[in-house]
Amino acid sequence: MSTSRTATTSRPVTTEHLADRARFIRTETVRLTRIAGAGHYSAVFSCAEILAALYYSELRIDPARPDLPDRDRFVLSKGHAAIGLYPVLADLGYFAASALDDYTRLGSPFGDHPDMKRIAGIDFSSGSLGHGLSVGVGMAWAGRYAGSDHRTWCLLGDGELAEGQIWEAAMSASHHRLGDLVAVVDNNQLGIDGRVAEVMAAEPIEERFAAFGWQTRRVDGHDPGALLDAFASLPPRGGQRPQLIVADTVKGKGVARMELSPDWHVGNLAGADYDDVMAELNR
Amino acid sequence: MSTRTGAQDQSEIFNGTASVGFKDTRSVDGTDTRTVPAFVFGEELAELAEHDPRIVVLTADLARSNRASDFAARHPDRFVNLGIAEKNMVTVAAGMAASGLVPFAATFGSFAALLCAEQIRTDCAYPNLPVRVVGHHSGMSMGFYGTSHHSLEDLAMMRSIADLTLVCATDAHHLRALLRLSLEHPGAMYLRLGRGRDPQVYDEVPDLRLGRAEQVRAGTDLTVIATGSTVHPSLEAAEQLAADGVSVRVVDMWTVSPLDHAAVAAAARETGAVLTVEEANVTGGLGSAVADSLLDAGLAVPFRRHGVPDEHVPVGPPAALYAHYRLDGPGIAAVARELIDVRPRRNA
Repeated sequence: MSTSRTATTSRPVTTEHLADRARFIRTETVRLTRIAGAGHYSAVFSCAEILAALYYSELRIDPARPDLPDRDRFVLSKGHAAIGLYPVLADLGYFAASALDDYTRLGSPFGDHPDMKRIAGIDFSSGSLGHGLSVGVGMAWAGRYAGSDHRTWCLLGDGELAEGQIWEAAMSASHHRLGDLVAVVDNNQLGIDGRVAEVMAAEPIEERFAAFGWQTRRVDGHDPGALLDAFASLPPRGGQRPQLIVADTVKGKGVARMELSPDWHVGNLAGADYDDVMAELNR
Repeated sequence: MSTRTGAQDQSEIFNGTASVGFKDTRSVDGTDTRTVPAFVFGEELAELAEHDPRIVVLTADLARSNRASDFAARHPDRFVNLGIAEKNMVTVAAGMAASGLVPFAATFGSFAALLCAEQIRTDCAYPNLPVRVVGHHSGMSMGFYGTSHHSLEDLAMMRSIADLTLVCATDAHHLRALLRLSLEHPGAMYLRLGRGRDPQVYDEVPDLRLGRAEQVRAGTDLTVIATGSTVHPSLEAAEQLAADGVSVRVVDMWTVSPLDHAAVAAAARETGAVLTVEEANVTGGLGSAVADSLLDAGLAVPFRRHGVPDEHVPVGPPAALYAHYRLDGPGIAAVARELIDVRPRRNA
């Protein structure tokens, strides 16, 4: 399999570039939501730097060959952030950017939640919270079985950690010694009904995962440099212990009116509001 | 393919204990005393896996019940026990399938179909992945273990999921055929197995094709359409009815989804009456599927859905429950007589 292992990994990029790509993710999310008439803004804004750091630097992928067996897998367990991932995949060349112009319109491959059957670069269909880490366990196990050293990345939300299946998966990942499984928690503090700490507290996340046998670390999820450092701190591929990165983030980050506001889990910016938000993001 | 780590511990566990607890299923000379579908599950897959590196087997702390242990003993690096965490098991299987494997994830039908319904739909059927969810001890075959361990709703639930193939194993030979057939099927499948004590219906491993039911007895006066555990007692019923001069066709509708609509239409046209028999709640199950098919085809014939009524069944041993609900041979014969208004001959 090593002959096909030509996908790049840990591409040297500047943190400024990653910050710029995070801005691109946010503005594209605003643009696409206007096409749909409604969408998840704030849950994308919290993970924009995470997506940028993974896709523009860390992941071992080749957009020209989305089915490469040894590619790193990425499971967007918080599937409602797909609107922020699609522009990244287009930007990297998985498909033409114009394919997003009819986002969510009848017949489009691009819905609010990602469809692996119809979208190049999507490794798994998601949308029902709590499933993604189990998918990651299966992919990580299959990778080891195939003799591959690919990593399987899984982006979780903090509210999602209330799902029991997450903990079934966490237990099985350490039991089966899946060291190439990396979970990143977008710890954006907010669910639909309010603060996660009040609705169903997820903390202490690190301690909980550590008790389940994971190695954990915590970073500022809006600092591209800190994210790259966290990725660099992971043990070499082929390890035995699943890895967790808690990324402390702010839901709605980048748009003042949305930051930590439960009113913006889904929404639609219209008229001057749209222009104001675009201007704020591009400032 | 090879594995680097993580499987040796399982190998040790199962090499030591794989055969413990199953002595009652085989006679002293080693042959099966009963033909037991669930019990060839691991053995057949172990054999198939010799030639197909995609096959992996998962269970949720039930390797002893479903004989995944037979697979684990031969392929310890391809056996994954997820513990008592069925939802995780099904989605892990989906992740494996997305990576090119063909995973068989087995647990009691009550947990496979009911507890994991959403994982089956969203993670297996919707992405069209070759996951084989194996629900064993289905229906009320767990007897006095009660409603928590019964799966009488599974046929209705699984057949309502798009892009999910739903098949029922009739006996050991039939199960082998299903497992072999499944390797060529690209999408997700739910395999409904009984308790592992179903008597033999097929003399040899049948040549099956999805969407094509098997006629297991010819007849002209009535067709009994059965599936899984009800095929054999339906044949017993047909034998009893023959003594009354009634010629009963018996169709094994093992392929519930896709249903064999042609066989249903032929039953109505050629025998003039249809009785469906299932070890399941009749609401939405095989009988409903056949009724839909008949109505869609504009075929109005004497028809009855026979199975478990829309209620939670009482506690009792399986055989007592089958008698209680007239799902044994005499019971099915009695229901058939009601349908076609045939009085049993005295001293026949």
